Amino acid sequence: MSSIELLTNKEYKYGFVTDIESDVIPKGLSEDTIRLIVEKKNEPDWMLEFRLKAYRHWLKMQEPKHWPNITYPEINYQDVIYYSAPKQKATKASLDEVDPELLRTFEKLGIPLSEQKQLAGVAVDAVFDSVSVATTYKEKLKKHGVIFCSFTEAIREYPELVKQYLGSVVPTNDNYFAALNSAVFSDGSFCFIPKGVRCPMELSTYFRINNAESGQFERTLIIAEEGAYVSYLEGCTAPKFDRNQLHAAVVELVALDDAEIKYSTVQNWYAGDETGKGGIYNFVTKRGACRGRNSKISWTQVETGSAITWKYPSCILQGDNSIGEFYSVALTNHAQQADTGTKMIHIGRNTRSTIISKGISAGKSNNSYRGLVKVLAGAAGARNYTQCDSLLIGSKCGANTFPYIEVMNNTARVEHEATTSRISEDQLFYLMQRGISQEDAVSLIINGFCKDVFRELPMEFAVEAQRLLGMKLEGSVG
Amino acid sequence: MLEIRNLHATVEGKEILRGLDLTINKGEVHAIMGPNGSGKSTLAKVLAGHPAYVVTAGEVLYEGKNLLELEPDERARAGIFLAFQYPVEVPGVSNAQFLRLAYNEQRKYRGEEELDPLEFKDLLAERAKIVEMDAGLMSRSVNEGFSGGEKKRNEILQMAVLEPKLAVLDETDSGLDIDALRIVADGVNHLRTPENAIILVTHYQRLLNYIVPDFVHVLWRGRIVRSGGKELALELEAKGYDWLKEQGAEASESAVTVSAK
Repeated sequence: MSSIELLTNKEYKYGFVTDIESDVIPKGLSEDTIRLIVEKKNEPDWMLEFRLKAYRHWLKMQEPKHWPNITYPEINYQDVIYYSAPKQKATKASLDEVDPELLRTFEKLGIPLSEQKQLAGVAVDAVFDSVSVATTYKEKLKKHGVIFCSFTEAIREYPELVKQYLGSVVPTNDNYFAALNSAVFSDGSFCFIPKGVRCPMELSTYFRINNAESGQFERTLIIAEEGAYVSYLEGCTAPKFDRNQLHAAVVELVALDDAEIKYSTVQNWYAGDETGKGGIYNFVTKRGACRGRNSKISWTQVETGSAITWKYPSCILQGDNSIGEFYSVALTNHAQQADTGTKMIHIGRNTRSTIISKGISAGKSNNSYRGLVKVLAGAAGARNYTQCDSLLIGSKCGANTFPYIEVMNNTARVEHEATTSRISEDQLFYLMQRGISQEDAVSLIINGFCKDVFRELPMEFAVEAQRLLGMKLEGSVG
Repeated sequence: MLEIRNLHATVEGKEILRGLDLTINKGEVHAIMGPNGSGKSTLAKVLAGHPAYVVTAGEVLYEGKNLLELEPDERARAGIFLAFQYPVEVPGVSNAQFLRLAYNEQRKYRGEEELDPLEFKDLLAERAKIVEMDAGLMSRSVNEGFSGGEKKRNEILQMAVLEPKLAVLDETDSGLDIDALRIVADGVNHLRTPENAIILVTHYQRLLNYIVPDFVHVLWRGRIVRSGGKELALELEAKGYDWLKEQGAEASESAVTVSAK
């Protein structure tokens, strides 16, 4: 048993801090902070207006403390740094001009950025604290008409596109954390796939929070025009700090007629220690609009990190025959808390949605699925299938399911299935009796449980996700 | 191969095995019989190392080594196999994937190279013939939605793949119709060699018509009260267990007297 205890305390291997000189603004949030960010980023007036409008909404809004099944101490929004950027040359002729320390950091995280070592088949935008530090394969993608760049660059180079779509899926006053993000977001990724183009490679963004006192507020906007297709991946890690850090992101997806966006996340923010000290507060708003007929948006998420996860990647199924999908694995261990799920809003006719949610709770953690399926009056023939499964490991954790169903059209068909199970001693014994070690047995059971979600992930991500779950759960049984 | 001496074991604080002795040599098939609650399945689980069963006294030597200090997976890799009375379902894990993992664990343990999925597929197809198992069951989740007979056949298939030195079959015959029983028994006979040993735990003599044992032992109140050849099983079939229970009661009386001295 002692070896199992040793494994429980296994280090979070992404917990290192990069020693780099940064341009940091003072803590605190006010209209002046926003003006300072705009000034730092040299943004146009319309961005300042967008931000100030969001900020003024935010001041009047209430933090959603009551309905989610999570508890945390008061967040002091004046004690957060809203902008922290590693000092480097503003424009770089090539990726090799990126600060070597940053290149080393991302390489350590498994994301090589330099020209010779780039990952084949995947373009990466690397975001470090408040700014994007490098984007690979930009030129190659441009040849296909695909725009993939940092948000800062998008505002500068493609202002009309940004103006047209920014805030069109998640309005500035949508919710408390989205309003906060809209006011202070400092960078993120922008993807535009023009009409009829199938993006020739996977696009991805890797988010890294480094500064102990800064929050990360990034924004992702993906637009797939008529008939376009893109598969996008995001990954996230942060160093181990004793204090909690705030991460409030907004992701907006827009799919026009016959377009498809596949969005996959493997979230591994620092989760805090076993007692619940430290870790990321992950308050994220992700929403996709299936604006066009026959469009499709598919969310796949593997949530393993963060002290608190509050996120509900959703689909607005506006176009007739459009499809929304949500595949989720949320794992909580030790003192982690997750309240996550989705919203499927059926507006168009014959719209379809599928929700597959797999919650795994271990340690003293608390894991809730919260989902809304809403069928509006005009959504004749709408269909939804929801399956929520919870797996408990040990006896001190909790799992909850909060499904909300609102149907206003009587031709709609909505199905909901839910199960709760526990890894049993007999299941483990059976596998071990065949010569499989306890750890491998646990990971076999977990991977079997998550299979329906993992098969939606791109191959390399699926392998990474399986490995990650195994690592997160080592020693939690026995 | 296996030596059990004065084995005492409890489950949930209740003593089930009370001084069991048994010696098994390679090439032998031993049948363990006895009424419900006599400790047959407990013996099977103790040998495999189920964590809910606690050994309170006695020793078990397997190939001269103390078996009781090994974890269940270590015992399995050392060649001990338990065919479960109630095989467990593992949703989302295909039978082929599970079997390959188990098979490769054993190969790794023996310092042999692991088989890749294609190589293993051939091996599996060949072994599946032994239990007349449908190829479709290989891609299904382990035991999920299997009929009772398919689950038992799947156990023998695992035995055929893993080729254990000592196989313990825990009521493998229960719940089988006559055709399934024949298939399972044929499979076991096929796997019987001069190098391995088999313990058959069973309620009924019926199985022993198909798998002929070298020895039959009767378990009563946690100890072996009678041992004999295959004809003992027929005698039990004819006379029931009651006559042995009386003898067993006397035997445990005298044991108590002896230990009191």
